Amino acid sequence: MADLDDLYREMILDHSRNPRNFRSNEAAAGIAHGNNPLCGDRVSVFVDLDGDSIRDISFQGSGCAICTASASLMTQALKGATRRRAQFLFENVHHMLTDGKLPHPEVELGKLHVLEGVREFPIRVKCATLPWHTFHSALTRGSEIVSTE
Amino acid sequence: MSSAVPLDALRDTHAPRVEPLDVERVRQDFPILQRKIRGKPLVYLDNAASSQRPRVVIEAIRKLYEQDYANIHRGVHTLSQVATEAYENSRDKVRQFIGAADRREIVFTRGTTESINLVANSFARPRLQPGDEILITAMEHHANIVPWQLVCEQTGARLRVAPISDEGILRMEEFARLLTPRTRLVAAVHVSNALGTINPIRRMIELAHAGGIPILIDGAQAAPHLRVNVQQLDCDFYAFSGHKMCGPTGIGVLYGKLAHLEAMPPWQGGGDMINVVTFEKTTYNDPPQRFEAGTPNIEGGIALAPAIDYLLGLGMDRIAAWENELLAYATQCAADIPGLRIIGTAPCKASVLSFVLDCAHPHDIGTILDQEGIAIRTGHHCAQPVMQRFNVPATARASFSFYNTREEVDALFRGLRKVLEVFG
Ligand SMILES: Cc1ncc(COP(=O)(O)O)c(C=O)c1O
Repeated sequence: MADLDDLYREMILDHSRNPRNFRSNEAAAGIAHGNNPLCGDRVSVFVDLDGDSIRDISFQGSGCAICTASASLMTQALKGATRRRAQFLFENVHHMLTDGKLPHPEVELGKLHVLEGVREFPIRVKCATLPWHTFHSALTRGSEIVSTE
Repeated sequence: MSSAVPLDALRDTHAPRVEPLDVERVRQDFPILQRKIRGKPLVYLDNAASSQRPRVVIEAIRKLYEQDYANIHRGVHTLSQVATEAYENSRDKVRQFIGAADRREIVFTRGTTESINLVANSFARPRLQPGDEILITAMEHHANIVPWQLVCEQTGARLRVAPISDEGILRMEEFARLLTPRTRLVAAVHVSNALGTINPIRRMIELAHAGGIPILIDGAQAAPHLRVNVQQLDCDFYAFSGHKMCGPTGIGVLYGKLAHLEAMPPWQGGGDMINVVTFEKTTYNDPPQRFEAGTPNIEGGIALAPAIDYLLGLGMDRIAAWENELLAYATQCAADIPGLRIIGTAPCKASVLSFVLDCAHPHDIGTILDQEGIAIRTGHHCAQPVMQRFNVPATARASFSFYNTREEVDALFRGLRKVLEVFG
C-alpha cells in the first residue's frame, strides 16, 4: 500500500521548503513555462548552455511540495550535464515515476531516487514530471508553454 | 457593503426552526457511506463536486433497467408508455421542486453546463449586437463564463464582470452600476462553489428587471441546499444539475419562463424536437421538446424524481439547518489551525469551506487527507478568476452535505493536524 512517508521523504520536504536554484534568468537561452491547470502548479525553467553542456539551470514558480522538490532536485542533477546525459536522465525519471523500468540504467539517478515514492500516487506523477517536461521544452525548442493537460 | 445583502439572502433561504435531521438514520440510506478507503471509513466532503446517491435513486435506475425500460415518446407498446410516463412524471416533480408555474417550462438537459449553453445559443446569441453587454459576477464557475465569452466572440458583444469584496461578497452598488441600457442579459450564480457565498439573487433579479433585463441564475450549488421558488424569485432562467442533488449524473434542468422558451429557436436538431420534417422545411415542436433533441438520458430523468422526493421528504429547511450547523462548526474548528486562511468569509454562506494553509499546497493537503479516507477537492474548482481574485493558485475545499456528521468534521481537522505535522 502507498505510504505517505515514501511520498514526503525528508529530502523532498527540505527541497520544497528551501528550493535550490530558485531564481529567474530572463537572459537565458532557453526558457519555458509549464503549468498543470488541474491543480494550479506553475513552473518556469531557465537554461543556459556552454557548448554542449548545461552551464546554468534555474526555476521559478508556485507549486505543491512534489512539484517544487522535483524542480529543485532537477536543477541540481542537470547542472553541468551534457545534452545527452540530460536527455537520458529525463527519460529515466519519467520511467522511474511511471513503470519503474529505467531505459538507461548506466546513467545514475542519484538523489533523484528520492522521488520514486511518487509512483505509488498516480494522481501526483504529473506534479513531479511537470518541471522535467518544462526543462525539456526549454532545452529543445527555446521558449514555449507546456501544459500537462 | 450594506447589511441589506445578507439579510436579503437570509430571507430567501433560511428557515424557521425545524426539528433536526436524524443524521445517523439518513446515512443508512446511502450505501457508499459504508465504504472504507485505505482501511478507514470514507469521509466524503466533496459534495459540491458531486453528491452521493440514496438507495431509492439507485433502486429506481435498477428497476427501470430490469423491468420498465424502453425508449420514450416514440412507441405504442407498453414499455415505451411506462417509461415515457415515468420520464414525464419527473418533469412534473421538477416543476413542483422549484415552484414553476407550468411543466412546459422544465427542459431536461445534461446538466447546468448544457442548460447555460442552451440559453447562450438560443436566447442570447440571436439578440446580441456589437456593443451589447452581458453582465456576470466575479465568482462564476467556468460554466457561467465561457458560454458567454463564446457568444460575445460570435456577436461582438462584450462581457462585463461585477466585482466582489475580499470576503467574497458581490459588490451590489457595482453590480447595479454595471446594469446599463446596453446590458442584454445578466447571468449570476446563486451559491458560489468556490467560496460558498449565497448571493442576494432576489435583489439582483429586481435590479435587472428594473432595467428590463432578463436574468439567468446558475443554481448548481443552490438546488441541493436551499429552498428555491422560481416564481417568487421571478428569474427568467434557472439552471441546475441532478448529480449535485443526490440524483443521477448526466441529467440537469433548465427552467425558463414559457414566453422566453416559446420565442427561442431550437439549439440542437434531431428527433423529438420537430413537428413536421420535409426536406424543404421543418417545423419545430413546442417547448420543452423543442430543446430536447434525440434520445435523452432516460434513466437520469426518471431517477431524478426519487432524488427530489428524497430531499423533499427530509425537508429543504432541515437540510439547510443541519448543513449550516456543520459549516459553523467547521469554521470554528478552522480558527484553531495555525496558518489556515478561509477563502470566502461572507456572512451568508452555504456548505463550503474553502481554505489555504501557509505551510502546505492544497494538492499536498488533499493527498494527506486521502490517506485518512477523507475526500476533499483541491484545485481551482473551475473558477480560476476567483483564484486570481484572492491571489492563490488553488484552494482546498471541504463541502458538506446533510449526511455529514460533526465527527466527520473532527476527522477533517485531525487530518489537517497531520498535514501540519508533515509540513509545519
Ligand atoms: C456553480 C456551478 N455552476 C455550474 C457547474 C457545472 O455543473 P455541471 O458540471 O453539472 O454542468 C457547477 C459544477 O461544479 C457549479 O458548481
